[in-house]
Amino acid sequence: MTRTSALFLREWRIARRIGGSGAMGVVFFLILVTTYPFAVGPDLNLLSRIGPAILWIAGLLATLLGLDRLFQADSDDGSLDLMMMSETPLELIVFVKCLAHWLVTGLPLALSAPFFGLMLALDPPGLGAVTLTLLVGTPALTFLGAIGAALTVSLRRGGLLMAILILPLTVPVMIFGVSSASAASSGTVPFITPFLILCALSLATIAAAPFAAAAALRHMSE
Amino acid sequence: MLRYANPTNFLRLAGRLIPWTAGLAAVLIAVGLYMSFFTAPADYQQGETVRIMYLHVPAAWLAMFGYMVMTSAALGTLVWRHPLADAAQKAAAPLGAAFTFICLVTGSLWGKPMWGAWWVWDARLTSMLVLLLIYLGLVALWQTIEDPGRAARAAAILTIVGVINIPIIKFSVDWWNTLHQPASVFKTSGPAIYSSMLWPLLIMAFGFTFLFTTLHMMSIRNEILRRRIRRMSMLAAARGESGFAPLTAEARS
Repeated sequence: MTRTSALFLREWRIARRIGGSGAMGVVFFLILVTTYPFAVGPDLNLLSRIGPAILWIAGLLATLLGLDRLFQADSDDGSLDLMMMSETPLELIVFVKCLAHWLVTGLPLALSAPFFGLMLALDPPGLGAVTLTLLVGTPALTFLGAIGAALTVSLRRGGLLMAILILPLTVPVMIFGVSSASAASSGTVPFITPFLILCALSLATIAAAPFAAAAALRHMSE
Repeated sequence: MLRYANPTNFLRLAGRLIPWTAGLAAVLIAVGLYMSFFTAPADYQQGETVRIMYLHVPAAWLAMFGYMVMTSAALGTLVWRHPLADAAQKAAAPLGAAFTFICLVTGSLWGKPMWGAWWVWDARLTSMLVLLLIYLGLVALWQTIEDPGRAARAAAILTIVGVINIPIIKFSVDWWNTLHQPASVFKTSGPAIYSSMLWPLLIMAFGFTFLFTTLHMMSIRNEILRRRIRRMSMLAAARGESGFAPLTAEARS
């Protein structure tokens, strides 16, 4: 077993076992989606029109929820220092941690989106599109969040600050995520155009964010 | 330039420059305001409200200029670990936020009579608002991390990540065909604005730039002095002088 896969297995087990963050994220997602009809009223026409946006905002907040723990626990018990001293590049470690984190938080969100979309009266193409965009977009949110998590790793109450730092940066991902999800059901713009831009944004974030997060971890641990 | 990177040399230089830049800013802004209120013509379509432009456009330029200043200082922090770059970075964040805020408020006052709404979710307005949010996030980061060196490195990384927003603001009006009018001054075909309006605009822009430079230098000077006070009080506490004396065994019992 290589070092990277061992690290991945460790991260995956921790993320899955401690606090059951996957299930908790989905429950939080459900609660956010449930809150919207109480706030805007149970009009199904309105809900189906803004449904993709509701699911995306709920997905964004639910992704941010668990992210402050991404480096915090490892920093507290000292394993982060060991990882930084190991021969594996820190960028790769960050990448593996984010990937494991996404598999237990982002992926369940995207997979549960069609069921919650039904509650918001989305039509079948809309359901498919919102699931697909969340599947492509949530990795970008997790990786961007990793930068915020790394910057606030040494702070006691970094959760709110992390949200303030990261939410402005997630705006482009959200714009193209929601616009391609709505394009699928309303149909004035072809679905594929904003969707390809979303894919590009997501890939660029996945490629660049580990470097920024690793730099932040190095500078913050001095 | 590296000679002035020494904080003491910088303090001396800033002390000599600040009266001049402050005076230039005052004169240029006074002349610019006079020209924009009295000599510049009213627009044939927009009437007198076009005069808001002479505050709005320079504020918008300075909002982006401030971010670029902060980004170069951030590179200075990360590459050379220079305390002066830290101070320059920290000083630029609230200034940039202030100019962004002026830009948004004047834009809103201009938008009400022209577009009929205080705020529209147009690409340029929204990306400017995101710039304000990034500035505010940086200010929050500076205030949260106590150790100035670490705060500087954290802010530098976030600044460099956030710089992606600047080209989005600049080109938003070209990429998305929106309500906000496209660029009219910096164009390859020359400015699309008549010289009686262009002159007060340029004078105001230079006045605002000198104002920014003055405030930035004063703020860097304060930051250097603040750090010195911090270091001196820590040294005093370590030596057990003055009011910072640690409790002795007798005093405690």
